[in-house]
Amino acid sequence: MTTQIDRNDATRLGHDPVLTARALTKRYGWRTVLNRIDLTVHAGECLAILGPNGAGKTTLLRLLVGLVRPTAGSIEWFGRPAGDFGPAVRAQLGVVMHRIMLDPELTVAENLRYYARLYGVIDAAERIRALGEELGLTDRLGDRVRSLSRGFQQRVALARALLHRPRVLLLDEPDTGLDIASRIRLVDLVERFCADGGTVLMTTHAPELAIQLAQRAIYLERGRIVWSARGRDELDLYLRIQPRLVTV
Amino acid sequence: MSAWSQFTAIVKRDLLLEWRARELVLGMLVMTLLTLLVFNFAFDLSGVQRAASGSGALWVAIVFATLLGWGRAVALDRQEGAWEGLLLSPVERPVIFIAKLVSMLVFVTIVELVALLVLAVLFALPVLQPGVLAVVGLGTLGLCTLGTLFAAMTANVRSREVLLPALLFPLAVPVVIGAVRATTLELNGFTGDAAPWQNLLGGFAALFFALGALTFGSVTEE
Repeated sequence: MTTQIDRNDATRLGHDPVLTARALTKRYGWRTVLNRIDLTVHAGECLAILGPNGAGKTTLLRLLVGLVRPTAGSIEWFGRPAGDFGPAVRAQLGVVMHRIMLDPELTVAENLRYYARLYGVIDAAERIRALGEELGLTDRLGDRVRSLSRGFQQRVALARALLHRPRVLLLDEPDTGLDIASRIRLVDLVERFCADGGTVLMTTHAPELAIQLAQRAIYLERGRIVWSARGRDELDLYLRIQPRLVTV
Repeated sequence: MSAWSQFTAIVKRDLLLEWRARELVLGMLVMTLLTLLVFNFAFDLSGVQRAASGSGALWVAIVFATLLGWGRAVALDRQEGAWEGLLLSPVERPVIFIAKLVSMLVFVTIVELVALLVLAVLFALPVLQPGVLAVVGLGTLGLCTLGTLFAAMTANVRSREVLLPALLFPLAVPVVIGAVRATTLELNGFTGDAAPWQNLLGGFAALFFALGALTFGSVTEE
């Protein structure tokens, strides 16, 4: 049993758009968390998903990566239904959720080596070294994750997400716990990822991060898209008009 | 990227974590030894009942220890979202299922080896013989296969410590009954009579394994 993870394979699977979600709905019992969300994301785009707590941002990301099954609606990655080729799709996604998805008792290097094997990264040692340098983790590779500060743990989570050279990054509040220097590093990293043709979907509570990085933003409230803005000027305008919505 | 490489990575990670934390096996061992000790004092170990008492004590210890082990293993996997990290990786679900099963089998086997030695000393039973070991192996495979599947199923449930045994119990009953009967017969030297029970254990293990491999993908989705 083998799973293909070559970036070229995914290119063969389809071109623009990278992601299409139609009428995506998620209900937990009587509570509707997401209500008929339509979303299209193109290659090289950085989309910010904004909204107050409980708006459904994290649930949307969890649906898109296949951790949660939608109650209704469909998701297509690279032009094909996500359910049809799970491992091949997952190999193209780099995900950073609120929880760091690392083993606290293992060292940074052990965690990264583990994920490198799961994703079939051939040049694992070189890749870990390069990401360590890029994210300022070189001196901490031998430290157990448990002993790291939240900011450093978040950096390791980013390294894990980038390890297998994904085509799409899905980031759930990636700036959580990061100091100013780390945030600058994050912005730089995401900008370079998009410049290399990567696609980013990012939830955030920080309007300045959305303005800085995103070409497009959607605003979720009570599981619905209330508005969407294209271009940094339009996004800036929306956020100036409705600043309270983002900073809740 | 081969499934074998992914499989070994998951098992190695589980073993390394247990080596560092020493939570799972140690907890299971304490539970097993306590159970065997209590049964040793509670039962009359003279005469023909010795084998039945020993066999019952062994399987009560194994069932309790594995239940404890699953609860702890799930908790270890869930901390900081490591389980979600595994589910998000491009590993086929049956590979995850088999890797988790093998990890648990390693832990339970270590506990069982100690339990068998203690049983041999406390109950003065000839436990270290191929027939008994085969029954213990088959029964453990059935229990662990079922436990791995149900542990994944109840992973996201808040009251999983209660739910897991409740769900597991009805399906585990035939395995436990078969294992106790077969172990008693083997200990009494009735190897031929134990064969049908061993076949039953093998059948259940195969059935649960197939069920787990086929449904693991569905049960891991929310």
